[in-house]
Amino acid sequence: MIFCPSAFSPNLFLDVQNIWCWSFMQQAIEAGTLTAVVAGVVGYFVVLRRSAFTAHAFSEIGFAGAAWAVLNNVQPIVGLLLGSNLGGVAIALLGPRAKNRDTQIGIVLAFSLGLGLLFLSLYSGYASQTYAILFGEITGVSPGQVIETLEASAAILVGMGLIYRPLLFSSLDEDVAEAKGMPMLPLGIAFMVLVAVTVSFAVQVTGVLLIFSLMVTPAATALYLAKKPSRAIVASIIIALAATWIGLFLAFYTPYPVSFYITGEVFAFYLFVRFVYARVGWERAPQGTLLRRPRDLSG
Amino acid sequence: MAHTVGEPDGPSLIEAKGLSAGYEGRPIWEDASFSFGRGEFVGILGPNGAGKTTLFRVLLGLQRPMAGTVRIFGEAPHRGNPRIGYVPQRHTIDTDTNVECLELVRLGLSGTRWWFNPLSHADAEAAQSALEAAGAEYLAHRRLGALSGGELQRVFLAEALVSNPDVLLLDEPLSNLDIKRETELLHLVNNVVRTRRVTALLIAHNINPLLPHMNEVVYVANGRMATGTPSQVLTSDSLTRLYGVQVEVLKDPHGNVAIIGVEEHHGDIP
Repeated sequence: MIFCPSAFSPNLFLDVQNIWCWSFMQQAIEAGTLTAVVAGVVGYFVVLRRSAFTAHAFSEIGFAGAAWAVLNNVQPIVGLLLGSNLGGVAIALLGPRAKNRDTQIGIVLAFSLGLGLLFLSLYSGYASQTYAILFGEITGVSPGQVIETLEASAAILVGMGLIYRPLLFSSLDEDVAEAKGMPMLPLGIAFMVLVAVTVSFAVQVTGVLLIFSLMVTPAATALYLAKKPSRAIVASIIIALAATWIGLFLAFYTPYPVSFYITGEVFAFYLFVRFVYARVGWERAPQGTLLRRPRDLSG
Repeated sequence: MAHTVGEPDGPSLIEAKGLSAGYEGRPIWEDASFSFGRGEFVGILGPNGAGKTTLFRVLLGLQRPMAGTVRIFGEAPHRGNPRIGYVPQRHTIDTDTNVECLELVRLGLSGTRWWFNPLSHADAEAAQSALEAAGAEYLAHRRLGALSGGELQRVFLAEALVSNPDVLLLDEPLSNLDIKRETELLHLVNNVVRTRRVTALLIAHNINPLLPHMNEVVYVANGRMATGTPSQVLTSDSLTRLYGVQVEVLKDPHGNVAIIGVEEHHGDIP
């Protein structure tokens, strides 16, 4: 067996090489990279459609599903997929008014958590499963899970590509999209299913409770950086990727959890963009290059 | 968009006979008949809740009529008709919508296409020409959330024009606009009607800004619809019959119209 060093040295290149030497870190990086890319893409639409709370709700339903799976000796991902998809489709069926149903969604969310807790208390086995589902356990990802994540990611990206334009249209201008004959309900359901699958796999990295750090924060930040959807999606992916990679790097050399670093990084960057970058009057020039322009007077 | 060869250029781009529409089995208006030809500017007026938007919903195929017939381009209305450009009634767009206007205008054309498609040259030209027609080319790269009411209406107009429609349905584009912006927008719409030979139906609350431009008027009130040229409809007799109460139409030397007896109902919550 090859000896893999784990001590931090001032040579960052060597440090990265050391991380890659450990197979559990390789798998963590692979799963984290895939999740960051998919969450970056899907997250843009979650933010644009103002579905952050909704997405959170069915990740909690996914938690109940995962807890049920653990209790029945089924792989947690199966329960996650079942629970979150069920929740996602149910919310999509509420239609465009779902956004205004905070109360109902909140009620279902709370009950789902309670249900998850019941399943876990009935389960007498290894308690860290709960911890992994709630807060993520990226360093515990197996090579098989990486392959699963790869397949799911490919499917999600193809799905997002297929509905990209109609989804963007219906997110920005629902009324006109509907009048133009776009199938709003099937589109909404398709999107929710894609979010549910993304959430289920992202949970391995960040856990049910921290899912927003990869799905919502990078996309919300990207919306301040670019006003062309394609560019904003790229920015969202880059932020999610950078946060995941840096988080893994820091967590490897310090005693603190990866999820904390990821959430902390994206939050700090969001604050910077929101309150520093967006406030100093930097406006995007037509071609997307950064130019300092005086504040618009024609508004 | 190519027009069907041999299509009648005269009346009957939109035609209705004995049309009734409503919600949950209760008609909101009944027995409406009208006929609009190519290149007409139609003003649709009436108090809130009278069913002006319902008329649009019927023409868009979003709502089935309860009785009577309606034909648009010689066929029954159906949802997703690419020959209709539509600007729904809405008051604002969220101020944090950080997406540029050009993107929304493009979506008027490409938003119905599945699969990722990058901006094609033809799309870009159509979007540019629509923005120019709406007097909004300077807004192309501004973000939607930062626009004023008047600018937003121009961008919505461009979005509706980008697919080169034959009929434009504009639901209260003048609300939230001051008199100057109101006049500007009406001139733009009128220009589109003349240069693109589009038939525009425009819902408004105030009749006077429309008078220089419209050649047909639809007055919706009291479950009825009075249609015709402004000089036919905007008379004391015609509106008294429509409302069922005494209504006076007064004209000032500049041609402005004041409708006494119903005007105070305008702006009421339905």
